[in-house]
Amino acid sequence: MNTPADLSHSKLVSRPLGARLWSWRYVVLRRLSQFGILLLFFGTAHWAWEWPAKTPLLTGNLSASELFGRIPMADPFAVLQIFLSGHVLQQKVILGAAIVLGFYLLVGGRVFCAWACPVNMVTDLAGWLRARLPIPAMFVVSRNIRYFVLAASLVLSALTGLAAFEWVSPVGMMHREIIFGLGAGAMALTAIFLFDLLILKNGWCGHLCPLGGFWSLVGRTALVRVRFDKTTCTHCGECARVCPEPQVLNLKRLEETGFVTSGECSNCGRCSPLCPEGSLAFDLRPLIRKHGAEGSISSVRRTK
Amino acid sequence: MSDKSITRRDFLVKTAQGASLAVTGGLLWAYLVRQEAKAQPYALRPPGALAEMDFNAACIKCGQCVNACPPDILKLAPAGANLPIGTPYFEPRTGACIMCPDIPCLIACPTGALAPELKDINKARMGLAVIDIENCLSWKGLRCEVCHRDCPLKGKAITLETDPRGLSKHAVFRPMVNSDYCTGCGICEKACPTEVAAIRILPPALVQGKIGDHYRLGWTFDTEITQDFKPSEQAPPAPETSGGKPAGMDYLNDGGGL
Amino acid sequence: MGLTRRDFLKTSIAASTAATVGMPLAKEAEAAVKASEAGWQWDKGACRFCGTGCGIMIATKDGRIVATKGDPDAPVNRGLNCIKGYFNGKIMYGKDRLTQPLLRMTNGKFDKKGKFVPVSWDKAMEVMVDKFLETYKEKGPSGVAMFGSGQWTVPEGYVGAKLWKAGFRSNTIDPNARHCMASAVAGFMQTFGIDEPAGNYDDIETTDTAVLWGANMAEMHPILWSRITNRRLTHDRMKVVNLSTYGNMSSDIADIEIVFRPSGDLAIQNYIAREIVKRDAVNWDFVNKHAVFATGPYDIGYGFRPKNAEKFAPGREMEVVKNEQEHVVDKWEAIAQRRKEGEVAKQVDAAGAGKDWAISFEDFKAALEPYDADFTTAVAKGDPDESDADFKAKLKQLADLYCDPKRKVVSYWTMGFNQHQRGTWVNEQAYMNHLLLGKQSMPGNGAFSLTGQPSACGTAREVGTFSHRLPADMVVNNKKHRDHAEELWHLPANTINPAVGSHFTKIMRDLEDGTVKWAMVQVNNPWQNTANLNHWIRGAREMDNFIVCCDGYPTVSAKVADLVLPAAMIFEKWGFYGNAERRTQCWRQQVAPVGQAMGDLWILMEMAKRIKIKDVWGEQKVPGLKEAGFEDGKLPSVLEEAQKMGYSPDMSLYDALFATPENKKAFPWPDKVAKGHDNHIAKNLGWFPEKAMFEEYRKFGTGHGHDLAPFDVYYDDKVRGLKWPVVLKDGKWTETRWRFNEEYDPYVKKGQGIYFYGNDGKAMVVGDLDKAGDGSKKVDISGKAKIYFRPYASPVEQPDKEFDLWLCTGRVLEHWHSGSMTRRVPELHRAFPDAVCWIHPKDAESKGLKRNDLVWVESRRGKVKVRLETGGRNKMPRGLVYVPWFDESVLINKVTLDTTCPISKQTDFKKCSVKVYKA
Repeated sequence: MNTPADLSHSKLVSRPLGARLWSWRYVVLRRLSQFGILLLFFGTAHWAWEWPAKTPLLTGNLSASELFGRIPMADPFAVLQIFLSGHVLQQKVILGAAIVLGFYLLVGGRVFCAWACPVNMVTDLAGWLRARLPIPAMFVVSRNIRYFVLAASLVLSALTGLAAFEWVSPVGMMHREIIFGLGAGAMALTAIFLFDLLILKNGWCGHLCPLGGFWSLVGRTALVRVRFDKTTCTHCGECARVCPEPQVLNLKRLEETGFVTSGECSNCGRCSPLCPEGSLAFDLRPLIRKHGAEGSISSVRRTK
Repeated sequence: MSDKSITRRDFLVKTAQGASLAVTGGLLWAYLVRQEAKAQPYALRPPGALAEMDFNAACIKCGQCVNACPPDILKLAPAGANLPIGTPYFEPRTGACIMCPDIPCLIACPTGALAPELKDINKARMGLAVIDIENCLSWKGLRCEVCHRDCPLKGKAITLETDPRGLSKHAVFRPMVNSDYCTGCGICEKACPTEVAAIRILPPALVQGKIGDHYRLGWTFDTEITQDFKPSEQAPPAPETSGGKPAGMDYLNDGGGL
Repeated sequence: MGLTRRDFLKTSIAASTAATVGMPLAKEAEAAVKASEAGWQWDKGACRFCGTGCGIMIATKDGRIVATKGDPDAPVNRGLNCIKGYFNGKIMYGKDRLTQPLLRMTNGKFDKKGKFVPVSWDKAMEVMVDKFLETYKEKGPSGVAMFGSGQWTVPEGYVGAKLWKAGFRSNTIDPNARHCMASAVAGFMQTFGIDEPAGNYDDIETTDTAVLWGANMAEMHPILWSRITNRRLTHDRMKVVNLSTYGNMSSDIADIEIVFRPSGDLAIQNYIAREIVKRDAVNWDFVNKHAVFATGPYDIGYGFRPKNAEKFAPGREMEVVKNEQEHVVDKWEAIAQRRKEGEVAKQVDAAGAGKDWAISFEDFKAALEPYDADFTTAVAKGDPDESDADFKAKLKQLADLYCDPKRKVVSYWTMGFNQHQRGTWVNEQAYMNHLLLGKQSMPGNGAFSLTGQPSACGTAREVGTFSHRLPADMVVNNKKHRDHAEELWHLPANTINPAVGSHFTKIMRDLEDGTVKWAMVQVNNPWQNTANLNHWIRGAREMDNFIVCCDGYPTVSAKVADLVLPAAMIFEKWGFYGNAERRTQCWRQQVAPVGQAMGDLWILMEMAKRIKIKDVWGEQKVPGLKEAGFEDGKLPSVLEEAQKMGYSPDMSLYDALFATPENKKAFPWPDKVAKGHDNHIAKNLGWFPEKAMFEEYRKFGTGHGHDLAPFDVYYDDKVRGLKWPVVLKDGKWTETRWRFNEEYDPYVKKGQGIYFYGNDGKAMVVGDLDKAGDGSKKVDISGKAKIYFRPYASPVEQPDKEFDLWLCTGRVLEHWHSGSMTRRVPELHRAFPDAVCWIHPKDAESKGLKRNDLVWVESRRGKVKVRLETGGRNKMPRGLVYVPWFDESVLINKVTLDTTCPISKQTDFKKCSVKVYKA
């Protein structure tokens, strides 16, 4: 068996240690980012971190926060729910939501999921374990459920007059309870962990989470995208094996567009360092066509 | 999944199933959310908080008020604590509001759940102090009155009523709470030296009654007899009739009871 | 069965009603309470805290106090307590109670710079006495000091005073009552020739007017305040006037509140006197019979160091301290003292500040002339936001109340008068007005000095624990008194040191300059309660000296000490307290001391065991001693004489002074008065020292107007304290309600009516307003009190551009003194956790500050960080801030000024100038 895909596979397996470690770089960066964000919140809340002087560094949590005492940030999805619940919002939180929305419009909506959301650490762990344990799939569920949940969140917010998802969100629970004091949120997270591990692979982040759904929609036009180089791809499938949202790596579509178009891609950076041929790499959307034409010089150099 | 295998009937069934699943789930979800929000009607909110349901709607649960609180008494309700999850509250017995004049918690609130219209902390209404007069040392005649002395609005929110004790030649100093001034900061509850506090802060709605609108207390307003009285053109409203019958008829026609 | 439906309904309604109102049915409740109280034993006692002297009942079980209650039979409080009194049962059980002697050591040896290490009592005593003898040899009797207390029990104070004065021949013993009552004492002694109030608390129920002069009774004497309030509510004529430098809780029921500028009280009193004279309201019958007019020198200094002040008053401090030598007369003083503004007044009479002489009424009247309403308003109006007219109207109302011949008036004061740079003067001014009006020593009429501490009267004053005093109002610099004390104490002649010792603040100064090198602290916290603390903390830690602190808890004073001895607390020992109305009350030991703690009395006795007569009764140097019959600077050796009296040189002071064979025989332990109660000290010593010492002490007062009943009488189950003089009348020990009054006082003879016997046999030199006469003309003052003219004098430190606010300090109801007990009761701590700085909202605003801000309060002497309060219990006028001193994390006495009344030597904690700015 010496298909190009097999060759690619053996190339991957026989990587030297250095390259193996190097391929973890985005995971390490993502953990740094997730922990770092938590730490900044935690340090401000508990150790009164200040910057600039006499100004709290980063107050609040992922629902809404303030950086350097002047830059407001807010979760646009939460703000949308509150808006639908009928409350007249303050400018500050609207501005904050706009800032956050703008940021993720640029870097990719679900970058939030992979780089900021603390639940991602729990579900990643579940996913990592599941890949190493012989746990059969119980059933197949559409990944579009999250859009229904998303819609339901908004409808229920309007109907109940309460920001529906925010009152049950394990994302909020985890973040709040780490920063502001423990409660039973850990139970909800355990449930998600077990659900992901035993019942449905990538069940929470990949199927149910309406916040993920929201960011998927936002991410459709993101600037930072994973570029696909069809000339070097051997169709070995390594990328899809590690991808938590493998549907975004639809080859047919990739070959057409030259990059991952789906908003569901979280720019997690699992695929590109693993690709034996260097066919996948982060890039900026307007430059992708140009780079595609030139061929991926850097990744070719690295993998050869 | 093959597109061809889906017949029209299957499609309809699936849609119905999905819809009922969605409705059931949605109802459950809505129930859960509403229960959460109602979980603890005794939760005391930071100054300026909107009325409870409005507050629950507007609060984004970000904890910036908690960050801003100088004495660090505000907490975000954790899950499973039988408190509206994620929202800020305080427990006066362990940490009372110290009534910062610049109200930093309110300034920090990004959504307006803590209404920025509140400029004067003395006008805050976080709750209302209620005295258990059976277990209040001062009501028993001891010279305690810690609540009165510690009250940031001493002499307004908590006043002392003095009466001869009768049992001895020692007057009794009875603390009284005046809802016109009580901000519900909870300093009194925190300071109360009895084993279990004999003065507590509760949401005003849970404890306050209301005098009928049809009556005014004779001694609270100066009211003089109107000298140039003008009769009204309007006739008083007649009671509503039921089924076209004049009021009172049913009773008069009912032979029983005599 | 047999229960009808109606019965059933009735009982269930009763049960459910009881449940809803939270009142269990009586029988069950009673049974439940009885069950929970099984095995409780009750005994009577006195409240640990203020000078009111409430009676309490104490319940013990299994060696612990399980409950207390107000004693329903106690006439003072009739079963009630304030919130401090409510927690009497908890004060001994703080988490950090000291249980072992602790000595600063390095490598097993005492080291001043070492860390505290637990040691045995033996080791502690050994090091302590070694250090004592070392200092005694080097410095003589005045080099060893005792910081005593108005919270000592009577026997403790007596043992302390006797050990120092008779044993060590040292007068360097002074109680914290110096900070508290000394001005009242000086006022009494100068005016009446005998200490303590003529009236009693029954005045409250018989008077028509209570005038508070610097006594926030609502907070500081809570139970008395409920009696005043009750009178106000039940007696139509009753009026209450509150004079203070800021609005406090006593104003809440006051008819008139007068906020005066610090020291303005001196002017207001003279204004009233002037009105009395002007309106011809003088009770001439009374004045002619019972009073003599008098005055004294004006330039008496401010109680700072008389010498070497520059050396110890660094930097800015000297700007104030220099007034001790020369003071520039300001424009108010110029009017008040008939002098010129800007005149440099040399403080020539600082040493003889208490000197006085008789004057004529005409002189007296002339002296009062400047104190009209305009002047008094200008100098005394304390609230800048009040109009002159309003203030004047209030002054007039106050004068009306005093002058009304049909109205009974009691003037009350505590620290407002006593902690005053002219404290003795202002005390005497109160008597001036009452004597002028003849409203003194009668039910409902009189000037009444309220004490702060539970036994400031009973112990500090009556026992004579001051540096100048002997028991029963005698003084060390009077040969007759010394002879009498030596006789009663069975001492060789000239054992007692005739030189007045260092007062409380001076002991601190002596430690700072190395004059005193050994000091002991009992039942008080000098390093928190003395003004200008930074000096004394340095003096304790940086000078070569040895400080012993006996306390139940680790206080600031324990922290600066070298040896900390765990003291048994209140109900762990037997004791007597004497309250403000001369009521002596007692209690038994209720529980054993915690850990190795021992009573202060035992500590003193144990120390006495280790010191021999030859160590102390030989010739001793006393710098500055100058007294007829003594060589200058020396105490003679009395060893030879002592030997003749049967004292061998190797005899211990314990055997010579306390455990005499007679005492051991006459006062054995156990005693039936104990009724089964233990006494850890008696058990240790083998005899009953509290009773022996009380009976010995009693001899001093008997027949001198200070008579006490025998020890056992106070312990009678029916007795709830007795007001001295207590004399045997018709076979019954009978107390005295109003002194100097024929109707009540056994010392006043039939037909005398009012008789101030304290001045019996005394005469006064006659002089004029400016100077004493040459002594050729004298006036007999037997049976008379003195009506002093005392002028207004400005505070030595006043707000200026930089230090722009007055600072006043004091207590809060929830805490007792330095908080060492009350802050360890969690409920009291929670009730008022930290000191705050009360300030007028506009003052705060003008400094860019707001409520809750952390600020520095800074004076020329030091600064502390404290939270700002613009509301709450005190209403400050603009220009004055108030900080309580109970909080050891806000040592406000680092900021205060150590100026004292030059006569009484009591510190003025009520006024100095500070600035307040954001921390």
